[in-house]
Amino acid sequence: MNIVVCVKQVPDTATERKLRSDDKTLDREAADGVVNELDEYAVEEALRLKEAHGGEVTVLTMGPDKAADTIRKALAMGADKAVHVTDEALHGSDALSTSYAMAQTLKKIGFDLVILGSESTDARTGVLAAMLAERLGVPQLTLANKVDVAGSSITIQRVTDYGFDRVEATLPAVVSVVEKINEPRYPSFKGIMAAKKKPVAKFGLAEAEIAADQVGLGGAWSEVAEFAAAPPRAAGTVVKDEGDGGAKTAEFLAAKKFI
Amino acid sequence: MSEILVLVEHVDGEVKKVTLELLTLARSLGAPAAVWAGPGYSETARARLAEYGAEKVYVAGDQEIVDYVVVPKAELLAQLVAGKSPAAVLVAATAEGKEIAGRLAVKTDSGVLTDVVGLGAGFVADQSIFGGGVNVRSRVTKGTPIVAVRPNSTAPQAAAGAAEEEQVSVTLSDAARAARVVERVKQEKGARPELTEAAIVVSGGRGVGSAENFAIIEKLADSLGAAVGASRAATDAGWYPHQFQVGQTGKTVSPQLYIATGISGAIQHRAGMQTAKTIIAINKDSEAPIFELADFGVVGDLFQVVPQLTEEIEKRK
Repeated sequence: MNIVVCVKQVPDTATERKLRSDDKTLDREAADGVVNELDEYAVEEALRLKEAHGGEVTVLTMGPDKAADTIRKALAMGADKAVHVTDEALHGSDALSTSYAMAQTLKKIGFDLVILGSESTDARTGVLAAMLAERLGVPQLTLANKVDVAGSSITIQRVTDYGFDRVEATLPAVVSVVEKINEPRYPSFKGIMAAKKKPVAKFGLAEAEIAADQVGLGGAWSEVAEFAAAPPRAAGTVVKDEGDGGAKTAEFLAAKKFI
Repeated sequence: MSEILVLVEHVDGEVKKVTLELLTLARSLGAPAAVWAGPGYSETARARLAEYGAEKVYVAGDQEIVDYVVVPKAELLAQLVAGKSPAAVLVAATAEGKEIAGRLAVKTDSGVLTDVVGLGAGFVADQSIFGGGVNVRSRVTKGTPIVAVRPNSTAPQAAAGAAEEEQVSVTLSDAARAARVVERVKQEKGARPELTEAAIVVSGGRGVGSAENFAIIEKLADSLGAAVGASRAATDAGWYPHQFQVGQTGKTVSPQLYIATGISGAIQHRAGMQTAKTIIAINKDSEAPIFELADFGVVGDLFQVVPQLTEEIEKRK
């Protein structure tokens, strides 16, 4: 099975995240880049599927040069090779542009299964997997907390508000995974060393047949008009419990008409 | 006034609160047209949509629409966008709502905005990003604005609409039938409201200490008619199921009232609840960052404070 796992480098939540004042895009210099946490579950799931069914795992990322760190981590976990889509023209792409560029690349490299995290911790749009399925014309098996493949058929448990749906489809397909579908492995020393020798292909717009007018700030379908740091919340009242903390909280709730 | 499509969220034939919020919001920008997808439509449902200002109700009641994942709803909306040329399409920013919005955007070559918390003239949208640290105003620049609005962003207000019904037949493509739902498994959640929709959320964290102790969090939640949430520390420890995790890798909630008990307030948790209107924190560590967000905080032992609070609430009923 030819599995492509999409990973994204995101700014570390623990560092200060901000937008650039010039073009209102993510300031990638201000924060440390880390692998989007939900994508680590996707990498682990891809490796488990390969271990069970054979085949190959290709890591696909889109982003500037420093996103190569994210590729290396996935390779160190055990992926076989990688494709890094990187081009100055992609800077400022929105979800629609990103899904277009990724879909073009996926058509080029081929796949039986595309797997990714259900959302990124920076933009958190949660739309990419659905858009990829739409653009690639393959089944959308998203929000999975369990994935089973048997021959060319694939079944997932799709997390819902009431529990889950069991969903069936035929490969090729796009799968997105939720937190805790598995326990992602740590790269071993051997894995880290081996990753250095694994092939990483760099694709620009031309290699992936991405039309320049569909990507980047100019090609985006939406724009940030303005932004500002959220005003700090007004300082609240903090009391020490003197045996009446619950009662005082109830008074606060009553004053605010919650009870 | 131009039409604004609002995709109706419904369960067991009943219109969900978030739809009433979306109709209220749509009314301020145009003429709301509710879109009912799947079985369960009734005169009661129509009356409810009329009460909150729907001028039209498009009904596509085929069972097939809910037999497959997401795509049939996106195709229905795409068909309506093509046929009715609405000014915008509003959906609830639930996990599925955002997926529908994403596919619809691709189908109609339109821009999409997700997790919107406010919408003004020209469909300029307010979003709260980076865990609530930055407020953004954004707009769609191509096609029909497709906007996924976060539940609890608008207070629903009744204002009668004509709710003129129009049956719609949707022609599903083969692609729409690619991912079939073969079984729906409903897990016990009692009578509590859904976490992302609830007006009040009571959450427990590391300080709760065990799965058994979550009973006192649930009691407080039930006294307020609230949903129960949990921090990642609590779900990772196995004290509460993962689907109730509030935070960066879990659910984002934006309730009227959020009560954090035994939660320190790490940035990953704050990312999931910072846009709550009123925040109460109960924690024994006076240095916990959650107190920086709290409108009201109690430094104390949650095992003393929470039961007393529950008792006081019950007394006042």
